[in-house]
Amino acid sequence: MKTELDEQAIDPGPDKIIAPGFTYTTVTEKIAGVVLKPIQTTPKQWWISLFLAFCAMQGLMAGAFWLLYKGTGVWGIMIPVGWGFAIVNFVWWIGIGHAGTLISAILLLLKQDWRTSINRFAEAMTLFAVAQAGMFPLLHMGRPWLGYWMGPYPNSMGLWPQPRSPLVWDVFAVSTYLTVSLIFWFIGLVPDLATMRDKAKHNWQKVTFGMFALGWRGSARHWARYQMAYLLLGGLATPLVVSVHTVVSFDFAVSMIPGWHTTIFPPYFVAGAIYSGFAMVLTLAIPTRKWFHLEDLITMRHLDACAKLMLGVGLIVAYGYMMEAFMSWYSGNIYEMFMYKNRSTGPYAFFFWMLILCNILIPQSLWSAKVRQNIPRLFFVSIVVNIGMWLERFIIVITSLHRDFLPSSWGMYYPTMWDWAVLTGTIGFFLVLMVLFVRVLPSISIFEVREVLHHLAPHMLDDGKTSPSPAHGD
Amino acid sequence: MTETFWDRHGLYGLMAQFETPEQVVSAAQRAYDAGYRKMDAYSPMPVEGLAEAIGFKRNWVSLVVLIGGLTGCVGGFGLLWWICVIAYPHNVGGRPFDSWPAFIPITFECTVLLAALSSVVGMLAMNKLPMPYHPVFNVTEFAQRASIDRFFLCIEANDPKFDRDKTKAFLLELNPEEVSEVDK
Repeated sequence: MKTELDEQAIDPGPDKIIAPGFTYTTVTEKIAGVVLKPIQTTPKQWWISLFLAFCAMQGLMAGAFWLLYKGTGVWGIMIPVGWGFAIVNFVWWIGIGHAGTLISAILLLLKQDWRTSINRFAEAMTLFAVAQAGMFPLLHMGRPWLGYWMGPYPNSMGLWPQPRSPLVWDVFAVSTYLTVSLIFWFIGLVPDLATMRDKAKHNWQKVTFGMFALGWRGSARHWARYQMAYLLLGGLATPLVVSVHTVVSFDFAVSMIPGWHTTIFPPYFVAGAIYSGFAMVLTLAIPTRKWFHLEDLITMRHLDACAKLMLGVGLIVAYGYMMEAFMSWYSGNIYEMFMYKNRSTGPYAFFFWMLILCNILIPQSLWSAKVRQNIPRLFFVSIVVNIGMWLERFIIVITSLHRDFLPSSWGMYYPTMWDWAVLTGTIGFFLVLMVLFVRVLPSISIFEVREVLHHLAPHMLDDGKTSPSPAHGD
Repeated sequence: MTETFWDRHGLYGLMAQFETPEQVVSAAQRAYDAGYRKMDAYSPMPVEGLAEAIGFKRNWVSLVVLIGGLTGCVGGFGLLWWICVIAYPHNVGGRPFDSWPAFIPITFECTVLLAALSSVVGMLAMNKLPMPYHPVFNVTEFAQRASIDRFFLCIEANDPKFDRDKTKAFLLELNPEEVSEVDK
């Protein structure tokens, strides 16, 4: 049986944030329908993605098991490179999370109505990316069950963490970020969970959605407090997101290592984070809107806006690279100058030039609307930027450490298969969570789309007592 | 205190159903002007002016968040100061124990954390959520559509001006799609 949902949706083009003709009823049907439709009608690509992501996730299982059994020596980390893949991947994942908060919080404060269709989705991405990020410092400890030692609590050893260290700042920053992202996402979901509760056909669905909907009934007083709380959360998350990657960059910038000890790191890390985050939003949104026929809600306008933001932030990142080069020359410091020479011509030069290609050169194609509004090309650029941002962290961590002040202590870093297994595994885990999310929860904020519909229909502002209302489902 | 007629008969209130947000706002306004106070409006998305129309005046959420944020700020800084100066004084390169600039990042994170948690907990607590049971869901149309595409105004039976017949007649004047009795 073919339902309306199985039919192709039509993208209204780069001018509209939502296709014409939607009403409160149909928009609810459409978004809730993705979740509530019978399991047999789930698109084939969804199952394939879930299967592949699940297989990739086993890399994390195996990698974490072997690491805990043998110790951190199974990774390629060795003096002088004590921070290998674990830190590269940690920074990469945290950065990916940043676009979610940017979309949901900063664009909320800037009243950008195009954020509505993608904010839920991007917040989930944030949450799942931060969860992957957290895995790396924990595993890097080698004894993750002692992770609570990092927290300030009275203990029989009489020890306390050192709050002057950026590594301890990081513990607070990342755990705060995870908590705030979680509650922001959940609070945004509550009214939609109530919709799901009321629309669900099976009793178990009603009960499950009902429990998480907390008995939400849409009271005007509740909405007033809700909106205030949501706005304040957005206002709090905005400086938070900037602080998190700033603190992450302090892990590097506060040290003495050439290539790390620079004041440009905080803004340059934040820009890089947003850059990779938007790339990941595009990488995930493009297939999702196709599988579930959401082109009329996640329109070319959204993809185009993400692409433009990516281009803009990418230019800030490019400026950061130029400044690094300039400062290493301008400092007149032989170690700084050598660092840059080693980066661009040393043993890891191939990766450095790949980074320039991926992060600076290829994304310049986004100046052209022919790339921004062409789905396969845009998807390609988003993948390239994801890889580029990973390479950036690799270059920062590895090339700075492997040749520092004393040539006698130089060395090389080679990741082992277990490094790759854990990286692949977290990508798999992240994708499993995302793929499940788009199927079991409304991946677009339904109530906010209703608000957009209301604002887009000025004729509805007339006293609608007599005229037939466009809000009526037909 | 004597039990009223409606307590015995378990009527929670009378509920009118509307098609558009504008209708429910003007209905709420008229009900307020007619002297009703114990009432609530329900909508599937936030509607501007609706809370004000039913007489919602002071939004305390921001105050709760301010208190939460200040608590986090003072608590976070106090914790770090106590660790570094009292509990575990640690001489790092001859710098003072109370090296406050180094405490700022964690103080900031604690401020944001407590402010964010208090905004959510405060909002839910003031809304008396989670609430497993509420009489308005006894109206079938409400349970099916209030979170989707219909707007409701419910005048509650404990309003001093409430009278089953007069209030019903009043609600019918507002051109609703339907007026239903809400059982307790």
